[in-house]
This record gives sequence, C-alpha cells and structure tokens, in this order.
Amino acid sequence: MAWEFNNNEPIYRQLLDQLKLRIISGVIGTGSKLDSVRDLAQDAGVNPNTMQRALAELEREELVFSQRTSGRFVTEDKELIQRLRNEYAHEKVRELTTSLLQLGYTRKELIELINGFLEEVS
Amino acid sequence: MNALLHIQNVTKKYGKKEVLKDVSIDVSSGKIVGLLGPNGSGKSTLIKLINGLIEPNNGMITIKGNALGNESKKIMAYLPERTYLNNWMKVKDILSFFSDFYSDFDRNRAEEMLKQLNINKNDKLKTMSKGTKEKVQLILVMSRKADLYILDEPIGGVDPATRDYILKTIIKNYSTESSILIATHLIQEIENICDEVIFLAYGEVVLQGSVDEIREEKGKSIDALFREVFVC
Repeated sequence: MAWEFNNNEPIYRQLLDQLKLRIISGVIGTGSKLDSVRDLAQDAGVNPNTMQRALAELEREELVFSQRTSGRFVTEDKELIQRLRNEYAHEKVRELTTSLLQLGYTRKELIELINGFLEEVS
Repeated sequence: MNALLHIQNVTKKYGKKEVLKDVSIDVSSGKIVGLLGPNGSGKSTLIKLINGLIEPNNGMITIKGNALGNESKKIMAYLPERTYLNNWMKVKDILSFFSDFYSDFDRNRAEEMLKQLNINKNDKLKTMSKGTKEKVQLILVMSRKADLYILDEPIGGVDPATRDYILKTIIKNYSTESSILIATHLIQEIENICDEVIFLAYGEVVLQGSVDEIREEKGKSIDALFREVFVC
C-alpha cells in the first residue's frame, strides 16, 4: 500500500486516515508490531514529528498501544477494528449514493447499477 | 527560553540597501524548518549571517545561547549554495579532509551514502557532473553529527529520484536534538518533511508557522499559498 498525499490538507490527518485504513484492511494485522516512527516517516516521506503525532492519536483512539520497551502494536480488539471498518464502509456508501442521487439517479437505478457492477467483477 | 537558534531584531544593509529588516526567528531543537522566499528576499543573506560569514548592522544571533564563534561553528553543518571544495580533489581525499576538520564527522556514514548513490571514492570532483558534486557535498554535510544543519538549496540541481533519496536521508539522519533549516524554492518537494515554514519577503518575515496548521487554516498547500502571496 503506497502513501498518497493531497497537498491541500494537513499531513497529520492524512497519515492518521491512511494508518487506520492499513489497520482495518489488515495490511497491518491485528496485534502486529508497527515499524518505528523513523522508518514509517521515511517510508512515507514525511516529518518524523508529524508521524509521531499521528501515532499518538491512534494510541489515544486505542487502535494501537505502546509497550514501553518493545514498541507499538496494533490492538487485539477485533470488535473495535470491525466497528471502524463498518464506519469506513458506511462513509464510502454515503459518499457514493449522495453523489449519484444528486446526479438524478433513482434508488432503483442505483441498486441496478451496483448489482450490474458486482456481476461484472465476479 | 530554549531555542537552538535565536535571531533577534536583525537588520542587514548592503550600502544603503536594507536587505533584512528587523528579522526575529526562533528555531527550537528537533525541528525541520523551511526558509522560503522569492529571489532577492534575503534568504541567502540570513543564512550567511547565521554562519557568521557576514555581520549584522543591528540585532543579535545566538546558537544554544552563545554568540556566534568557534563553538557555534562546531555544532553547525552548513551546505552553501556554491561549492567550496577543490576540483582536483578525489572524493576519498575530501573524506579525509572532513575527518580532520570536524570531530563529529562520521566517515562510515558518508561512505555508505556514497555507495548507495553509486559515487566512486576514487573519482575527482573535476570529472563529476554538477548534480553529482551537489550530492557529494550534501553527503559530507549530513554525515556530521551537528546540532544545526543549514542547507541552502540542497535539492536544486539533482534529479527527482535523487531528491527523494536526499529527503529520505534528511529524515533518517536527523535526531530529536538537532534541527535543520532548509532554504529553497522547491516548496512542493520539501513541504511534507517540514515542521514549520518561514516566508521571507523584501527582507521581512511575512509568515511563520507549522505546515499542518497553515494547511488547516488556509485549506491549501504551502506551495499554493506561496504562489498566492508572491504572485507576480
């Protein structure tokens, strides 16, 4: 998963979003150890202080936890991860449906579109 | 007050022309700061002042609370805009030169970086392209364990892949005790690695703040803001 940044928004918030996405999608698995702040910062090409800030926020939200000597780990709380995953999916569906409804599609057409697409990819 | 670099009410004139007007800046430890400004805004003059190469007409500059002098030079690593190394020297001669000159120079680190960028230690500077010379100079500077790094246009003459390498090297090498001041026009390239930026225009500080706070407040990148502030 590559880091992608939109230059008009605070880097810290984008790091936070992308780290969360990595956790809920399982790219960084439940209970696994995170790379060091410096390595993560270097990988993303961002300031280590900014990465540190994003990780501190993840910690505050209890998605990751620190062990004093051995580093940072992703939570083992599967329910919490599932809840975030649902929130993420909900948000994506909301974005999609609002924009298509605004374009004038009916509910029925929307469902047909989605079903059609699902058939295509399967 | 624990500023690593403290610039207080500094004014500099060349003849009658005032190139820096009452400039005050503090840089604390552990920060990467972008010094940005259009041509002729006073960036290079400010950098020369910080390095003690020229004297201010008014005001004061201190590093870790001490006036500029031999002690401050020991803890500062400066990458000037132009090369000062002798063209006839081989890279390995320059490594020895730096080892003799600076007690904080980490020769192994320099050699490792040279290898990563495929630069041969036995090559003479004379035979190198402009971009390769710039890489050598930056490697020398970043291989010191200084408290304050001052980089004047560090990525101006190098290709995009090397820019990425250099920026990553900067992230990797800097510690929470040291700070880096980067003067450049290439804002887009460096804004993600800066904690703070300082906009200089006509010798005055017109904006100073954290990158993320500015983006949050203005809803745009530092690069876009710069183009707006300094529209021609």
